[in-house]
Amino acid sequence: MTAFTHARPVRRAAYVPSVDLVRDVLAGSILAIARMISRAEAGYAEASEALAQIYRHSGKAHIVGITGVPGAGKSTLVSALIKVFASDGSKVGVIAVDPSSPFSGGAILGDRVRMNDAAESCQAFVRSMATRGHLGGLARSTLQAVDILDAAGYSPIIIETVGVGQDEVEVVTAAHTIVVLSAPGLGDDIQAIKAGILEIADIHAVSKCDKPEAAATISALKGMMALGTVKVASGWNTPVLAVSSVSGERISDLKNAIGRHWQHLRESGELADRQRGICKTRILGTARHLFQQKFNDEAGEVEKHIQAVMNRNMDHSVAARLLLGWNNEVPAT
Amino acid sequence: MNLFSAPAIESVREKQAEWEANELAAALKSRPEEKPDYETECGIPLKRIYTAADVADIPASDLGFPGAYPFTRGAYPTMYRGRPWTIRQVAGFGNPEATNQRYKYMIQTGQTGLSTDFDLPTLLGLDSDNPMAFGEVGRVGVAIDTVDDVDRLFDGIDLEQISVSLTINPSAWVVYAMFVAVAEKRGYDLHKLTGTLQADPLKEYVAQKEWIYPVRPAVRLLRDLIMHSAKATPKLNPISLSGYHLSDVGGNALQEIAFIMAFTIAYCEEVIDAGMDIDDFAPRLSFFFISQQDFFEQICKFRAARRVYAKIMSERFSAKKPESMRLRVHVQTAAMSLTKVEHHNNLMRTAIQALGAVLGGCQSMHTNGLDEAFAIPTEEAMKLAIRTQQIIREEINVTSVIDPLGGSYFVERLTHDMETEIWKVLDEVTERGGAIKLVEEGWFQQELADSAYATFKKIDTGEKISVGVNKYADETSSSAEVHIHPYDDQCTQFQIDRLNAVRANRDSERVRLLLQELAQQAGSDDINLLPKTIELVKARATLGEICGALRDVWGSYAEPMIV
Amino acid sequence: MTVTMTGQDFSPGADAEAHSLGTIRVLVAKLGLDGHDRGAKIVARILRDAGMEVVYTGLYKSPGEVVNAAIQEDVDVIGVSLLSGSHVPLFRELGRCLREQKAEHIFVVAGGVIPEQDYAALLESGVDAIVPQEARADLIVTTIRNLITARGRI
Repeated sequence: MTAFTHARPVRRAAYVPSVDLVRDVLAGSILAIARMISRAEAGYAEASEALAQIYRHSGKAHIVGITGVPGAGKSTLVSALIKVFASDGSKVGVIAVDPSSPFSGGAILGDRVRMNDAAESCQAFVRSMATRGHLGGLARSTLQAVDILDAAGYSPIIIETVGVGQDEVEVVTAAHTIVVLSAPGLGDDIQAIKAGILEIADIHAVSKCDKPEAAATISALKGMMALGTVKVASGWNTPVLAVSSVSGERISDLKNAIGRHWQHLRESGELADRQRGICKTRILGTARHLFQQKFNDEAGEVEKHIQAVMNRNMDHSVAARLLLGWNNEVPAT
Repeated sequence: MNLFSAPAIESVREKQAEWEANELAAALKSRPEEKPDYETECGIPLKRIYTAADVADIPASDLGFPGAYPFTRGAYPTMYRGRPWTIRQVAGFGNPEATNQRYKYMIQTGQTGLSTDFDLPTLLGLDSDNPMAFGEVGRVGVAIDTVDDVDRLFDGIDLEQISVSLTINPSAWVVYAMFVAVAEKRGYDLHKLTGTLQADPLKEYVAQKEWIYPVRPAVRLLRDLIMHSAKATPKLNPISLSGYHLSDVGGNALQEIAFIMAFTIAYCEEVIDAGMDIDDFAPRLSFFFISQQDFFEQICKFRAARRVYAKIMSERFSAKKPESMRLRVHVQTAAMSLTKVEHHNNLMRTAIQALGAVLGGCQSMHTNGLDEAFAIPTEEAMKLAIRTQQIIREEINVTSVIDPLGGSYFVERLTHDMETEIWKVLDEVTERGGAIKLVEEGWFQQELADSAYATFKKIDTGEKISVGVNKYADETSSSAEVHIHPYDDQCTQFQIDRLNAVRANRDSERVRLLLQELAQQAGSDDINLLPKTIELVKARATLGEICGALRDVWGSYAEPMIV
Repeated sequence: MTVTMTGQDFSPGADAEAHSLGTIRVLVAKLGLDGHDRGAKIVARILRDAGMEVVYTGLYKSPGEVVNAAIQEDVDVIGVSLLSGSHVPLFRELGRCLREQKAEHIFVVAGGVIPEQDYAALLESGVDAIVPQEARADLIVTTIRNLITARGRI
């Protein structure tokens, strides 16, 4: 028993060089944008020149990060946000990140179940991304995907992170405005505290506000803010908003708060600080990745040093410096 | 009081120990058993042999007598001696006229009850001209757009004489309204109408996945239907609690019964909260289970389900009438056990599953056509399926004795074990906040998806055997060119033309006003929506218009992400 | 599974087969009003366990919506499982939308209840492979890998 497979020869699509896709990306071609994101994800060296060109055209979009524990209703919220932003004529872009399986490297990306209708009716661009082993709640190439959408004229660009735990707050250095979503009745009073993400919020949203337990969550969050547990950055008062995917009105409140925060960033000059933070993280993150990559490519070289360290001929610190080509330098403390 | 005396049990235990030390030990030495562990499909461990000692802890009152609490041994005192189970083959395709013709053929072949499958647009409350109905009209069932279609469906069939089962779900209340309107028009006594609506909303969200509204409004519609039907059409079953689909989507026998009982509890609470006494509607709750492949497990499943239901009704809801505690069940054999490869084997599979249902005490049955792994069954396949039931009923003498396997040490033990496991799940559901909440959260959905994947893995690794597919596969036998029931390409246009004619010839302003009134009523939880709906169908409002009006009030269901 | 290309330029096209296939992306979709999602969800898990990235659409999607989603997600394959008997018109429409959107590089793999009689019509509409109902996990995975190997990286 075999699968009955197509009889005619398989279509063999030509590989369009990435630099040739740039113009189409800038012109807003969905096919070109989607393909470019895939090449950024795959890390093709061939695409680096094109991505560099695209980067020069980016920098206009408002990047909004949505984070919260799993089950808080992030996809539902994003779906509702797509609709309210699009109703103002915005070209909304969404990058929804889900974890890759540590066992197979594969992933099931399910955010479209909730977002597809909004994407379709609002002509939003929704892209599901797997972390592919990257930690921190985003994928390694999430921000390149943001660049591509930004250069193609999308704004706002919403990043929906993996359901976060304590160490998964990379979105802080990826987005301009961070919305932390909590849901009532998930067991803890405020999951954001548990997850250690209370402090990163520019806006707190509490989902499922039609549920009776929501009031308690909201007042607990507000109490927390009043106690000063949360640092209030540069004159911005972090609002606590109740939202419900059922009620469009409250989603508009959230949209307006996101807009006010964007305005605050620009007027207070804090935007430059955030941009600086984003750039710094990207440079360092990429450098870290390239080092890792280099040693993967030069496995033999690493192996040589492993033997030496195992034989106690040198310690790991000297070996690391040799590997980096810093063998002449005196180790700094 | 237990089934056996303590000294008798003690003696059995001693004898068994002797046997194990001698005969068994020797046999195991010379011929080891094929595998270390044996279990049922749902994972209950099976012993080599069961004795009186294995049923020593089961109270005799748990068995009882047929037709009496707790109904373990059967729903009725005389069972098949008094009335054989109803042969109820489901059918539905194309336009109402096409299905009507098939009904007449099946009645002529010896079928004793009717059962209707509806097409997907009808189930989902869409008219045949809705863009999402593209390609689906009259495909897996009959297309119904207006009350006149229901009239055509049962043309020439006396609805006071033959019971009709309607496999309709999210839009059930509208089809019920049409059914009642047709009966009234024909001058029937509504109190004589018999039959069953499926109308089980919670199982839609977790299994069959045909939904319109969010969970709570869907349950409210069922509540309205149950309460209206109890008065207007008291011999009609307004719901068929459908475990079948839970199995179809991957659930095992325990999940099938436990989850459907959790749904039963939720529905009863809704109706009781609305002010109706349990004994005024519980006698008309009916059930629909699968008969799966694990023969004894399935027989025990039916027995355990009757007992659990009786106890729920009596202990949890304090029902007084025995009819409120009597579980009546329609059974269908397992469509997912059928294979395309060597499809004639499906006849044997179906026959064995049907026998299991009879030994388990079903009240009516649908046996699958051998070609159902390809498409909806042909007339020939349906005839063979009916013949299968007739052979079991008339030729092999399994209907003379009620619950013939009752008292089997094994069957009683397994029935008891399954009951225990079902209670555990029901306790868990209660602890987690009840069935409606868990449906909204996707808990059942995740449990069933996990079970489905586990079953697939077992088939994939060959642990679960499918003859002709993953064992004894015959490389030379290609999937046969079976004759397939043809689809009538004209049927969509036919329905659309009729819809347009209806819309052109009715008082559309009146329909508009009635739809507004319905929407208004829907905004308040304590108005029964049935009377207004019946008014609407009589005014020739279409199914899509009625369902659409409430979609505007309640919104659509948003599926949770569960894989 | 991730392609590692740092330090060497990717020369695509003719010798693409020499390279790893990279991470295969598949859109698992339900078309029309068919609610049977058991098979689709099992396939999603199988493909994930084989290292693929699976975008799941959920129920009740029109061919146009599925094609739009497939393009945005830049998937290699659209996998559709249908048990509603309406496969012929729905796949025909899916193929038409793919051509209209110039997305014919995306393969279409069909599964579910599809009688042999309809295979020719499906292939004619642009379906690339039909996986039989009784297929083992291996067969599903291999069918997809083979299609992409033959096409090459794009």
